[in-house]
Amino acid sequence: MKPVLLWTDGLVFLLLLAMATAVYLSGRNLQMRQQWREVFRSRLGMAAAIIVAAYLGVAVLDSLHFRPALAPTPALTGPAGNSAEIHYSPRVLSVLDLFFGELNDPTEKSYSRPFAAFAFSQESLTGPDGELVRAYPRLAYGGRHLEDPSKHLPADLLLKSLGAVGLGAGTGLAFAVVVAGLGWFFTRGRRTSWRRYMTELWRESSGLSWKTALFTFIGVCVTLAWLYQLSRWYHVFGTDKVGGDVLYHTVKSIRTGVLIGLLTTLVMLPLAITMGVSAGYFGGLIDDIIQYIYTTLNSIPGVLLIAAAVLILQVYMNNHPELFETEAARSDLRLLFLCIILGVTSWTGLCRMLRAETLKLRSLDYVEAARAFGVGNAVLLARHILPNVTHIVLISIALDFSGLVLAEAVLSYVGVGVDPSMPSWGNMINSARLELAREPAVWWPLAAAFVFMFILVLAANLYADVVRDAFDPRAALKK
Amino acid sequence: MWAYIIRRLLYAIPILVGVNVITFVLFFMVNSPDDMARAHLGGKHITHEAVEAWKAARGYDKPLFYNPDAAGPGPVTETIFFEKSLRLFVLDFGVSDEGRHIGSDIRQRMGPSLAIAIPTFLIGLGMNISVALLILMFRGTRLELGAVIMLVGLMSISSLFYIIVGQYTASVLWHLTPISGYGESLLGSWHFLILPVIIGVIAGVGAGARWYRTIFLEEIHKDYVRTARAKGLSELRVLFRHVLQNAMLPILTGVVVVIPLLFLGSLIMESFFGIPGLGSYTIEAIQAQDFAVVRAMVFLGSVLYIGGLLLTDISYTWVDPRVRLS
Amino acid sequence: MMQETILDIHDLTIAFDQEEVLKNVDLSIRRGEFFALVGESGSGKSITALAVMRLLPEEARVRGGRVTFRDSELLGLPEWRMRHIRGRKIAMIFQEPMTSLNPVISVGEQIAEVMIRHGQAGRRGARGRVTELLDSVGIPEPEARIDWFPHQLSGGQKQRIMIAMALACEPDFLIADEPTTALDVTIQAQVLELLKKIQRERDLTVLLITHDLAVVAETADRLAVLREGRILETQEAATFFARPEHPYSKLLLEAVPRPGVYRQPPATPRPLLDIRDLKVHFPIKKGLLQRQVGAIKAVDGVDLAIPEGETLALVGESGSGKSTVGRAVLRLLDVTAGTIRFGERDITTMGRGPMHRVRQELQIIFQDPYSSMNPRMLVNDIIREGMESLGVGESKADREERVVALLKQVGLVPEHRRRYPHEFSGGQRQRICIARVLAVSPRLIVCDEPTSALDVSVRAQILDLLGELQERLRLSYLFITHDLSVVSVLAHRVAVMQQGKIVEQGPVRTVLETPEHPYTRTLLAAVPRIP
Repeated sequence: MKPVLLWTDGLVFLLLLAMATAVYLSGRNLQMRQQWREVFRSRLGMAAAIIVAAYLGVAVLDSLHFRPALAPTPALTGPAGNSAEIHYSPRVLSVLDLFFGELNDPTEKSYSRPFAAFAFSQESLTGPDGELVRAYPRLAYGGRHLEDPSKHLPADLLLKSLGAVGLGAGTGLAFAVVVAGLGWFFTRGRRTSWRRYMTELWRESSGLSWKTALFTFIGVCVTLAWLYQLSRWYHVFGTDKVGGDVLYHTVKSIRTGVLIGLLTTLVMLPLAITMGVSAGYFGGLIDDIIQYIYTTLNSIPGVLLIAAAVLILQVYMNNHPELFETEAARSDLRLLFLCIILGVTSWTGLCRMLRAETLKLRSLDYVEAARAFGVGNAVLLARHILPNVTHIVLISIALDFSGLVLAEAVLSYVGVGVDPSMPSWGNMINSARLELAREPAVWWPLAAAFVFMFILVLAANLYADVVRDAFDPRAALKK
Repeated sequence: MWAYIIRRLLYAIPILVGVNVITFVLFFMVNSPDDMARAHLGGKHITHEAVEAWKAARGYDKPLFYNPDAAGPGPVTETIFFEKSLRLFVLDFGVSDEGRHIGSDIRQRMGPSLAIAIPTFLIGLGMNISVALLILMFRGTRLELGAVIMLVGLMSISSLFYIIVGQYTASVLWHLTPISGYGESLLGSWHFLILPVIIGVIAGVGAGARWYRTIFLEEIHKDYVRTARAKGLSELRVLFRHVLQNAMLPILTGVVVVIPLLFLGSLIMESFFGIPGLGSYTIEAIQAQDFAVVRAMVFLGSVLYIGGLLLTDISYTWVDPRVRLS
Repeated sequence: MMQETILDIHDLTIAFDQEEVLKNVDLSIRRGEFFALVGESGSGKSITALAVMRLLPEEARVRGGRVTFRDSELLGLPEWRMRHIRGRKIAMIFQEPMTSLNPVISVGEQIAEVMIRHGQAGRRGARGRVTELLDSVGIPEPEARIDWFPHQLSGGQKQRIMIAMALACEPDFLIADEPTTALDVTIQAQVLELLKKIQRERDLTVLLITHDLAVVAETADRLAVLREGRILETQEAATFFARPEHPYSKLLLEAVPRPGVYRQPPATPRPLLDIRDLKVHFPIKKGLLQRQVGAIKAVDGVDLAIPEGETLALVGESGSGKSTVGRAVLRLLDVTAGTIRFGERDITTMGRGPMHRVRQELQIIFQDPYSSMNPRMLVNDIIREGMESLGVGESKADREERVVALLKQVGLVPEHRRRYPHEFSGGQRQRICIARVLAVSPRLIVCDEPTSALDVSVRAQILDLLGELQERLRLSYLFITHDLSVVSVLAHRVAVMQQGKIVEQGPVRTVLETPEHPYTRTLLAAVPRIP
């Protein structure tokens, strides 16, 4: 198996590194530590954070790509029978795909309802007496282990669900205990006995919502276990037009949504921070120029700007097909460019806020004191201004994330979102329109996309609210 | 005050020029006129003459920015940039790449856009502010927490979902309104508008009410509210006479700038409901890669946005005596 | 004759989250008297006032006690009945006139509103009565100004409007929460005079909340001392000032600087800082092309000289330009005209490079201890910043040692360097700022109102520290202040500033005891004194 590093994969890991560094740095600053504690003191914040983390985890798993080795066949090894040279499939898989097994490829012919054992539409089948009959054929994958689905299906579902719940709860609990144990071990220095440690956690004496964390985590584990277990036997969310499993498609779309939310921020932040802080700090001509730039950009309706940029990209990619090795690389690059374009068009909001805050900070006494010490501009900015605007940046990241995930859906509808071959909730919703028009209606792809997207966006929004309340210095005054 | 307005208008000119340059560069950077011609002509064997003819018919046969062969002011004026982009300043939108007159198209499609946008805006505004004030009255109770989470929930649902499900239930399931389409005239089309407006308002309640609530919350903690209460005024009067007017300032900042953009309509709404407005006009142009129309719409959008900014400044003078009297 | 008790607070305890801010407070106010509740910041005095009005912030919880007004127990009243009392029977005025008035409603309407709400006037009749009220509180041209907006009035006038609003329905009881703290000393005198007059004329009972004992001395009949939520002493004013009982009361009284002990300026050596005809003008731009139509003359021709080891106090009210002089001396602002000589050098227009070397000798301490340090930096780094930038100290280790020595010098402990600013009190923060400035061994320090934001008891300590440092290190101070009582403690010479110009200058004793300029006389007369 040959590991593959797509452009976006690389950025995902870069992002993880950046987050880890940020966590480390804020850990050292007492004030930041206290503000983060506020966030996790709230039960809502803790639950939302864990759910968002679960989605992030899925996205990361889906970013570990590789190309499986092909079994040596005469066609590949050549007449000399040289099996030392390994050939790899042109298909790129990810670690997440391993969990889905057969479902990576379409297993059915066409639509089927969730948990069905029969297809959605009728076909001409050969009856027991050799006659052609129109009936609902059995599915190749869904419910294939059942003898008589009409009798056994509900009971089978129940049994398997219970098993999955038990498995999930058990694994979740065990994992939590292990993590708690590690926590105890690393704080051994001033820590007391194991029993007291666990009691303190349970009673939440430090104020942090450990109980909520535990329950949310177990909830997530149970859900994942249930989905996994049942997917081995059924199509949990049915199948789509080409017979592919809808759950698989939806879960693969998580990475797309998360990436758009996060990578765009990666592009947007440096732009917004440099422009906003410079405009506020230096004033004068620099301020005028930067204000001109962002007013001009803001005047152009966002969708149009993005659409124009994406179209250009499309033409470029059409004209230079030799740059891309695999289909995956192609759509990946398009995703990357979409993130860059979104980043370049969305930095103005944060820039304005940073400019306003920098203007306020610039006239504060401690900045004057530094000037009286002859401290240069560069050092002033790094030491006094930047650290005191981080709260705005953090709040902005949290708030924008959900907006971007939603935007992807709209952009895909207009036709300037991600590549149609890339799994995304936007693409799923796009096709949902026509599917609903059928008689009877095909509602499950829409439902799946909606449920997964809604949970992520809701969790992100609630989390963002909690972060904002914790980090907003004015909100602190109300306390 | 007039001096202020004139100054702002003058400032708008370099911005519009900038907008034009950006749009121009974006389109022609990778997409040369030759490529455009080929894309539009389609087919397998595109002769050089056909491309040239296509370009000449639409004025794309000249150099992009600088024409050294022309005489007099020619080097600057006989270029694609001057002819296509700068003409916009006199609102001469020219002809689309399909051959239609853009200006008249815009005039025609403006009506339907406004027919949806204005009701949605007004009803939405009223509803959002009322919901926000209502929640504010229950400050500190569990009801408030529940209401806020519900607002966040409403906000987290994609607008596409509202539209698709709304369309499906109202039109297909219950047959209350037509699925999509538009009548001949405004008066004859009102039943086509009901569903889009309702969906538009519901889709916006979550984010809108939340935003207004934040503004009101901020005002309510200020000193003058404490003074008003110390005078024994009722909570109702405190909210509606004292807080509301002060809250108008931040509200106006966000709301007035949107008004001119109502002309452009909501791209998504119009597309889903088959309303022949400016929004769907733009989407169709994007999908057909019609540069002439897209740049006209971009320019129009910018003009409207700057108009919105100006309107916001002017509206401050009505609401805030501190601005009025300076 | 026993005067009836109009307000009785009994065993009141109020808590915020888990912390108690008022502990078993007992207070009795008699009808018609002027009662002062004195305490430093954080003592809980404002909370007491808000509790009476039932206007406590949402987080506050009443843990016990009773508040009885006339015969009604206020804490148990339903809200609608309380609203009848507010503004009608009990009125309140607040500290910050700037933010306490609604900026978008005319002052006339804000006053009329109270009357209309309590049924004291109809919409038409209100206007006449409002005009009368405005006149009685000393607003000139009341018929015109009734339609004015708050931002068009000065601070003192805004406070008069607040008083008018409070008196509109002729209440029995007036609570004034630090009504003059945010005002200039001359305006303060006027407003206090007004309050006393009103009290006499209308037989009003007044509860004055303040931290300033001198103000209490000029106004109150009786007073109570509040500290950390507990009442320490309740006493007749005259008795209190003659013989305070509680040790804390004695501490408060002693902390107020008394005139009488003056410092003598040394025989004139060459001045260290020499300012001639200094002008700092800020342009006003108007019109289409933003042309300069005029200028705000913040500093308009100032002459000052400070020799080594001496303190010059620069005194003035807000808007006099004194802070601008301080900043101009440090070249934190651009100078429009005039010269500033420091040592042998002319630093008026010195470039950045040469000025950098001068900065080591010329430093500044600010007024607000809460915004003068970066909240995200450790105390150690804050003190080190100047040393690093100006190249003081040979090595990092050397500088670290200096930090420790400096902390001890200002009365703090070496462990403090590993903490953040917000962990310290106002007084301690000013000490850290002093240490920060001393780190670079300056010769002259501009002190821009360094004690104005501090409590009275702490103020004295900081002034002592500054005096001590001056003697030991031969420092010169340009001490900017609006508080004349502070001047006599620390300054050798004093200059009085008004609207950008110096109106009188001389040795402290001369200026304070025999002032020549009418403005100086007004200033001195306005300062409240303790008998």
